[in-house]
Amino acid sequence: MKRFALSLMLLSISTLPALAQEAPAAKSTPASSDARIQSLEDQVRTLVEQVSLLRAEVQTLRDAKAPTSGGDGKIVLASSHMEPGMLPSAPEPAGTPTAAQPSAPPAAPPQVAQTQTYGGATSNAKLLNPDISMIGDFIGTAGRNTVSPGKALELHESEVGMQAIIDPYARADVFLSFGEEGVNVEEGYITFTSLPAGLLMKVGKMRAEFGKVNTIHNHALQYIDRPLATNNLVGGEDGIDDAGISLSRFLPAPKNWFMEGTAQVFRGDSSDVFTSNRRQDASVVGHLRAYRDLTESTNIDLGVSYSRGHNNAGIGTTFNSENFLTNLYGADATLRWKPLRRAIYHSFLFRTELFWSNRDQLSPLNVFQTQHAFGLYSSAEYRLNRRWTLGGRFDRAGHATNASLTDTGFSGILTYWPSEFSQIRGQYRYGHLWNDATLSYTNANELLFQFLFVMGAHGAHPF
Amino acid sequence: MFATKLIQRLTAVIGALALIFAATPPSVQAESKLQIMTATTDLAALAQEIGGDKVDVESIARGYQDPHFVEAKPSFLLKLRRADLLIVVGLELEIGWLPPLITQSTNPKIQVGAPGYFDASRFARILEIPTGAVTRAEGDVHPQGNPHYWLDPENGLRIAKGIADKLSQMRPNDSAYFAQRYQDFEKRIKQADEKWLAEMKPYAGRKIVTYHRSWPNFAEHFHLDVVGYVEPRPGIPPSPQHTVELISLMKRGGIKVIGVEPYFDLKTPNAVARDTGGKVVVLMPSVGGEKEITDYFKLFDYDIAKLKQAFDETK
Repeated sequence: MKRFALSLMLLSISTLPALAQEAPAAKSTPASSDARIQSLEDQVRTLVEQVSLLRAEVQTLRDAKAPTSGGDGKIVLASSHMEPGMLPSAPEPAGTPTAAQPSAPPAAPPQVAQTQTYGGATSNAKLLNPDISMIGDFIGTAGRNTVSPGKALELHESEVGMQAIIDPYARADVFLSFGEEGVNVEEGYITFTSLPAGLLMKVGKMRAEFGKVNTIHNHALQYIDRPLATNNLVGGEDGIDDAGISLSRFLPAPKNWFMEGTAQVFRGDSSDVFTSNRRQDASVVGHLRAYRDLTESTNIDLGVSYSRGHNNAGIGTTFNSENFLTNLYGADATLRWKPLRRAIYHSFLFRTELFWSNRDQLSPLNVFQTQHAFGLYSSAEYRLNRRWTLGGRFDRAGHATNASLTDTGFSGILTYWPSEFSQIRGQYRYGHLWNDATLSYTNANELLFQFLFVMGAHGAHPF
Repeated sequence: MFATKLIQRLTAVIGALALIFAATPPSVQAESKLQIMTATTDLAALAQEIGGDKVDVESIARGYQDPHFVEAKPSFLLKLRRADLLIVVGLELEIGWLPPLITQSTNPKIQVGAPGYFDASRFARILEIPTGAVTRAEGDVHPQGNPHYWLDPENGLRIAKGIADKLSQMRPNDSAYFAQRYQDFEKRIKQADEKWLAEMKPYAGRKIVTYHRSWPNFAEHFHLDVVGYVEPRPGIPPSPQHTVELISLMKRGGIKVIGVEPYFDLKTPNAVARDTGGKVVVLMPSVGGEKEITDYFKLFDYDIAKLKQAFDETK
């Protein structure tokens, strides 16, 4: 479309000098003016040909992009004020009989020529580039924590996102995370959107659909850190994030309920939760989600999750390592409130997640045992106004390898949004944590702060 | 041994899931009503004008909701899954919420570029297309132009034409019906537009201030001059310094009317109005913004009545 507009512009510009020259020429002899008209007619014919070629090209482009039938003819109200851009601007040099034009196809749609990309690039050369975004996540920490001391200042993560529609059947999303230790493909998967039977399939590396917080990228969390339960039981910051295949589908549900089931198979390597020694040590994740709108501004979102995979407890022992499994169970509940008329000023979100971890391992006396650890977090967030949100979180989590050790903590969080594209956050964090070095519980009191900034394509807000 | 067992269990789990998946019958699709979903209520109103009783139309966003910030609730997925046609505003208005809904809808018909994906901006006259470098120093800019283009009856007519063609293409048997409804709509909108223009004529050239850049098409059509905004930049909340500048601008220019969309806080506009002796008028950018605005015509009726009243009161 843009090329079309550009060509039309160029055409009209290129005809301008011709018109300008025509005026003095008209004063000269009739014969030369006849010749002039003749040449102009020829010129017009070539132009008409070019225009129809261009139109055909535009039509194919449009069909390829979205086969909407362009409105034909001028549908302009009687009152309307004509603007140059609105008219099908076929060049009409003065003195040329308009009869030379009937060969031209029907008038082009009157809409202004413009590019229609799916979010991002506007110039022709960039049209097929993916939507690219970069999110910088800078974290500072002060205070005392002897168990898991964070760095004083760090550019914790620079996440580059690339998203595009691949073909009529699929789209792809890739998120590369550049941290202080190197680069990690946080997620990179293709989503098949046009499968039969309402199936949605993702193939690649992805955050597993285990509960809520495991699916959320760092920058989209309501806190700076991740809950203790995530760190102790579900793989820490990276969580269950593995290469595999995911299949999900809406399920039949009672009236006004939305239900979705997800089944995923992964290689079986995720942080310290799952370790795959052999090819058949795949891990699986199942998730069932139920959602309901209570009113137009309030809704609840419930889920149960299950995951199973091999762990590393048997490696290097006399036991058969394939017998050491970790079973994870999860339940999550979210209540959201956001009044539609004041959505950008006020909202409330409460979320709680429970995790149970059953981990096969060897006891200190080298006896096969299963540790049953439990963890949870509850968090709430209230948007005070357009720029400020206030939040809190309570944490409690056993250790996956020793369920009798339980860490407890709470956090208060204050977030300021200069705009939609940057965020400044402070978090006070208290922890009553087990210290493996001193074999005792210690208190941790920390103040964290974070600067987040987004550049590039406007990503969708997570729900 | 253990592995075989695991694989057996795995197969069982996957098999069970497949059964659940297979158990749901595909949605029934005869020559029933065409199911249309739209991003906003205005597009729903236009689709209803053309589709009549041959279509079921529903909008995702409500008329009193900021169309930039709609939540991608899963409940919309159920509706999108059954849609034959999805009509969007485009120009990145819905970029923050619609793409995941489209992907997750698992509906091949409405995926971007599919025949059931209809971008209304392709048919409308778009204003404020930025030229040159675009940066977010200008706020939440829309690089492809101002997406609030439906607030011009001419664009409404253009979009209606596009919808009529689309519907005829999807349901060739009913094309005469859609064509007739389009002609009827064209006649009525032309009559209404003459009335609206006549009503607004005494106020031609009036300068006004609005909260957000939602009104360029409206202002152009009805010959108003939007000279300032309560937001310092699109999507950026009012700042004290900008508010002071706005007040002095309004005082210098004798500007009295501040138009505010229903989803913005009235605190700053009210303060500005107090300082300038002006008047805040809540204008509806979309059908359904108030209960009485039930169609595309009543949207202009409402806004023009409100504006006239405000102009008259601040003479």
